[in-house]
Amino acid sequence: MKTTFLDHVRSQLALHELREGSGRPLLVLHGLGERSPSIVPSVTKSWAGPVFGLDFTGHGDSTLPAGGGYTCEALMSDADAVIAELGPVTLLGYGLGAYVGLLLFGSRPRDIRGLVIADGPGLDGGGARPTSPKLLYVPQDETRHNTPDPWALLELASDTRPPDYAAEHVRQVAALSDMDKAIAVVSMGRPEWLEAAMESDVVFESTIAAAISVFGAS
Amino acid sequence: MNNEIEVIRASLPRAQRPDRTRRVDVGGIEISVVEWGDEKDQPLLLAHGGFDFAGTFDILGPLLATAGFRAVAWDQRGHGDSDLAALYTWEADVRDAALVLASLDATDPVPMLGHSKGGGMVDQLAEVLPHRIGAVINLDGIPNERGFAQKIDRTDVAALDTELAAWLDHRRRAGGTHRRADTLQGLAERRRIMNPRLSVEWLQYLVTVGARKDTDGWRWKIDPTLRFGPSGAWKPHWAIPRLRGLHVPFLGIIGTIEEEMGWGTTPHEALPILPEGAEFHALANTGHFVHIERPEDVAEIVVDFLGRAL
Repeated sequence: MKTTFLDHVRSQLALHELREGSGRPLLVLHGLGERSPSIVPSVTKSWAGPVFGLDFTGHGDSTLPAGGGYTCEALMSDADAVIAELGPVTLLGYGLGAYVGLLLFGSRPRDIRGLVIADGPGLDGGGARPTSPKLLYVPQDETRHNTPDPWALLELASDTRPPDYAAEHVRQVAALSDMDKAIAVVSMGRPEWLEAAMESDVVFESTIAAAISVFGAS
Repeated sequence: MNNEIEVIRASLPRAQRPDRTRRVDVGGIEISVVEWGDEKDQPLLLAHGGFDFAGTFDILGPLLATAGFRAVAWDQRGHGDSDLAALYTWEADVRDAALVLASLDATDPVPMLGHSKGGGMVDQLAEVLPHRIGAVINLDGIPNERGFAQKIDRTDVAALDTELAAWLDHRRRAGGTHRRADTLQGLAERRRIMNPRLSVEWLQYLVTVGARKDTDGWRWKIDPTLRFGPSGAWKPHWAIPRLRGLHVPFLGIIGTIEEEMGWGTTPHEALPILPEGAEFHALANTGHFVHIERPEDVAEIVVDFLGRAL
């Protein structure tokens, strides 16, 4: 595994090349509190091109920032930094990474060739509607050492994910990507944001292996 | 202090730099806290708006101190003299505000005043810490169903595409960017776009506090990585029942000239959603920055309100 670090805003993002190759890369986005796999996931072995994994800010080998302040949009821009580096990619997102991948697909519909939404930590977030606001707390001596950042674990498990916000991003994909089938849902988990996304014709149910095959050919 | 700054500040004697400054650690980020008035007086916290800074209270703060308050303001993370952060969110700003409040070691509930975004932060603190907040004073930060004045139609695919891509493009560039350098007078004229009714002396004074002089000119201190948008998942109508549900004494003051930095909430929209028993003032011929445009009038209303509320 070869790791490069991307300077992005005030973070250094660890981008791991899990397998060399030519052609469009497959980018793996991990779940909440996880990190990139260190080897190519077995379910993606049929992917013909290179395979990369990104550590989001506050995760894995990427920067551990001070004071929290995590949003899925900030993590979306982490993944966008990889597109700036590698060019168009296909995304395989687990949990939090799946939701971030959906936001990114809706924001860069011409630079992403398919997204696989898979189960993993952080798929639900804080639910579809806001709950009573609260002050999250992490003792300071727990925040200065290693990833995953405890602030990330708290903040990204409590962010509100309205169904219409997810649907908006899928609508951008449907309108601006030239893919008829662009988003494969392989997860058992179906939070409300995902149920809303699945009402679009560009979203379909699949398995990882089958989706990888479809997107690899597109 | 160099002569240029001294001359500008001397031209506006009713503006005063704080009596005390200190810093509060909010988890590896230091927040700059400033105070006017006697430390033994009744504390009153002042929260500035988005993209602004604590020095915008340099007239209002001393007026409140003269009226017997220990007026305490702070620069939000990435603003003014506080540290820059890697990440910014509303929730983190509210959390930082709670830590500034805790730094007062106040035994009784503390009244809080907030402008625009700061008003929303104060509203939220009064909901999460009702036992710590003695009163809420919201300066042109009252929400409405329409959302911010500056917003896009999110059903317009092309407009949303532009907004989302622009935000990501900004993030791609943000790590290496700086605010544009200008002369002090040039920055004052740029600020005039937001504050068209301020005197040139007040505008230039604000530059001496909210900007710094680098070798190539003056530039605003605010973190260049900060940028409006994307509009995000948050819905303006979420804030309305929460505002209505506050049970602390509440004073709302709005300007009646709609400007792009604010909500543009009208009295007709505001009155039905305010908490029970709220006091409300709509200032005629005044824009979004009510405390900067009319600090004397705002101070008079605030002091009168707190005299009855506390």
